[in-house]
Amino acid sequence: MSELGYQKKGMSKRGKRKMVVALVLLGVAIATVLALTAFEENLLYFYSPTQIHDGEAPANRSFRVGGMVVDGSVQREQNSLAIRFDLSDNANVVPVTYSGILPDLFREGQGIVAIGKLDNQGLFIADEVLAKHDENYMPPEVHEALKAGEAANKAAQTLTN
Amino acid sequence: MIPELGHFALIIALGIAIVQSVVPIIGAHRNDAAMIALARPAAYAQLLFMGLAYAALTYAFIVHDFSVLYVSQHSNLLQPLVYRISGVWGSHEGSLLLWTLTLSVWTGAVALYSKHLPDALMARVLAVMGMISIGFILFMLLTSNPFERIFPAPQDGNSLNPLLQDPGLAIHPPMLYMGYVGFSVAFAFAVAALLGGRLDATWARWSRPWTTVAWSFLTLGIALGSWWAYNELGWGGWWFWDPVENASFMPWLVGTALIHSLAVTEKRGVFKSWTVLLAIMAFSLSLLGTFIVRSGVLVSVHAFATDPARGVFILIFLCLVVGSTLALYAWRSETVSTSGHFHWFSRETALLLNNVVMITAAIAVFVGTLYPLVLDALGLGKISVGRPYFDSMFALIGVPLLLLMGFGPTMRWKGDDIKRVRESLQLVFIVSLALGLVLPFVIEGALHITAGLGLAAALWVGITTLKDLFARLRKSRIPSLAYTGMVLAHLGVAFFVAGVTMVMTYEQEKDLRMEPGASYEMSGYEFKFLGTRKVQGPNYVADEGRIEVYKNGELINELNPHKRIYVEQANPMTDSSIDVGLMRDLYASLGEPLGSGAWSMRLYYKPMIRWIWLGCLFMTFGGVLAISDKRYRRSRVARREAELPAQAVAQG
Repeated sequence: MSELGYQKKGMSKRGKRKMVVALVLLGVAIATVLALTAFEENLLYFYSPTQIHDGEAPANRSFRVGGMVVDGSVQREQNSLAIRFDLSDNANVVPVTYSGILPDLFREGQGIVAIGKLDNQGLFIADEVLAKHDENYMPPEVHEALKAGEAANKAAQTLTN
Repeated sequence: MIPELGHFALIIALGIAIVQSVVPIIGAHRNDAAMIALARPAAYAQLLFMGLAYAALTYAFIVHDFSVLYVSQHSNLLQPLVYRISGVWGSHEGSLLLWTLTLSVWTGAVALYSKHLPDALMARVLAVMGMISIGFILFMLLTSNPFERIFPAPQDGNSLNPLLQDPGLAIHPPMLYMGYVGFSVAFAFAVAALLGGRLDATWARWSRPWTTVAWSFLTLGIALGSWWAYNELGWGGWWFWDPVENASFMPWLVGTALIHSLAVTEKRGVFKSWTVLLAIMAFSLSLLGTFIVRSGVLVSVHAFATDPARGVFILIFLCLVVGSTLALYAWRSETVSTSGHFHWFSRETALLLNNVVMITAAIAVFVGTLYPLVLDALGLGKISVGRPYFDSMFALIGVPLLLLMGFGPTMRWKGDDIKRVRESLQLVFIVSLALGLVLPFVIEGALHITAGLGLAAALWVGITTLKDLFARLRKSRIPSLAYTGMVLAHLGVAFFVAGVTMVMTYEQEKDLRMEPGASYEMSGYEFKFLGTRKVQGPNYVADEGRIEVYKNGELINELNPHKRIYVEQANPMTDSSIDVGLMRDLYASLGEPLGSGAWSMRLYYKPMIRWIWLGCLFMTFGGVLAISDKRYRRSRVARREAELPAQAVAQG
């Protein structure tokens, strides 16, 4: 390969190779830092209404909340798409507002997941509301939150008795 | 009676698969011609019995045999014939049956088109594919028998999930499975080569067309899924970074790395162990994809099937396959020697970097998809990874990938002159950058840096690809089909990048409340809502919205989105209506009635979204062209070359 003239001027072949390796390593390092930052920033944690009630949910960060839409709690505003409803895990309730089109499977009594932030009045402002395609399907974390909520309820009842 | 025959056919297929995976491999080891010769008929027989089993289930669907549990769960008397046929793979059991049938189709195809292979290699390849088949048939018989009866048989069945009653989705799973399962051929070739201790350029030549076909199917399958989601889900999105989508995207990324790495192995005889590892990874990720989709471990909008026992079976199977092949790899890959040499500034290096980038992308998707699952399994909390993570990762990974795509085809094998490459490409670089940055100004009247860079990248890939093509044509060399296929696929990437850039930058979306007679203007189009009317479909009733679309005061189309109620389903279904165009889509879907004739609805303006799927079609077609290349058809030549030492082929 000595016919390739570029090797003669400038840096030696080995020097160039070292530089390329260094550049690749630098690129990989930058990419890793960026990836980890993006990853950390976009992690969405899940909180149940009870956890929110106990103050475990973060204040200025998006997260997901799941539970059953409380029967009779859905209220629409007359001239906009704003909607308000309560989410329950059978122990505690979180009020949620959302503006926009709800998924087809959104109904009272249905398990749903909402993504958004908590405001300082304890109102959950949802950017996105997810309901599952399958009407018999319950999101696993909603299912667990409901079970935990029921257990907490029972424990509270035995205490009062 | 017919369902029982289907069940028996499945059991017989299992028996054949066991024979197919045990006898030929021993034969290959002992050099016993009779045992080796059993491989091919076994493959055909397995295909026959899998076909019978599959036909039996399809028959049960067509004649409404609701005494079969699966049929009664996924079809009813009103279901149109085509959705009864596609209903077979509408859910868990049937889609596994399709998966396994697809595997036996690939096995049969390998048996048919492997006449030029050395017998021992062919025997090992078919045996490995038989082993995979055993796993899947056992899985069906033990945990998810599609032929299970129900007594008493119901008068009518449930409906297939109405979302799945769409032509796009009817053909999406078969295409996807052809891709997923197709990687089993590359996998089987890799394992067979490790077993036989013979891994050379001819090995790469044999497995290359199979891998490319599988990759083409997978590309088409993923594109169809994306198109279906866009048409059917009513959210106007084309990719959601949903775990189920990621499940098919990971094998695609590794598969793309694999077809590039195979090219180097075939042409230059290097990267052999790396190529083998990629082949193992691509198929392992296909299995992982099956696990993710079919086990119900995911919090996913796609979770149609949920059953933990099945998940455990697939997980064990996955661990067995991946564990044993990686062990085999660790043990045998030492025997693989590298024969070629290349300079660091060469096409080999460019393709190696392509592989690094593709694998990085696959890792990024892998982490984002599986980290939440692992955390959840360990009881460390429930999280999910938001879409912005994936978007920013791919914007990041796209830069080196698209930049490299300009260099790869231009650079020469073995070593190239930096000055020559720079002189050949610097003008293209400047022109595409300048043009890309100016385009947003021309299209939308304002500068936009990210859109400009995206379009510049698309232009860079497109122009460098065409420039190389014209350079070849000028030398009056007629380009081979393989080369033309590469050109088409790379142009497809350019279309895809342009489409993604335009959609992500300039799409308009509005959720709003509209009363009859109200209008809304968006990107120069006026949407006028006339109201809704009731319509009756074959198995649904619907409210049909009437939305007239005007451009410059002239009526261009009427959109008729539906809100449907299907028989046997309590919930309404949104069916959007789209005015399709090469340069833009106008999209409307109905939300819900808000009283006195008013509806909530969603309107979209989607510039150049068709280019995304057009790009995917180009990639698919490129793959198809590449495998039609005549060097894969010269079986006698291939056989002669197979008998030569690998190095001679690598240099030739």
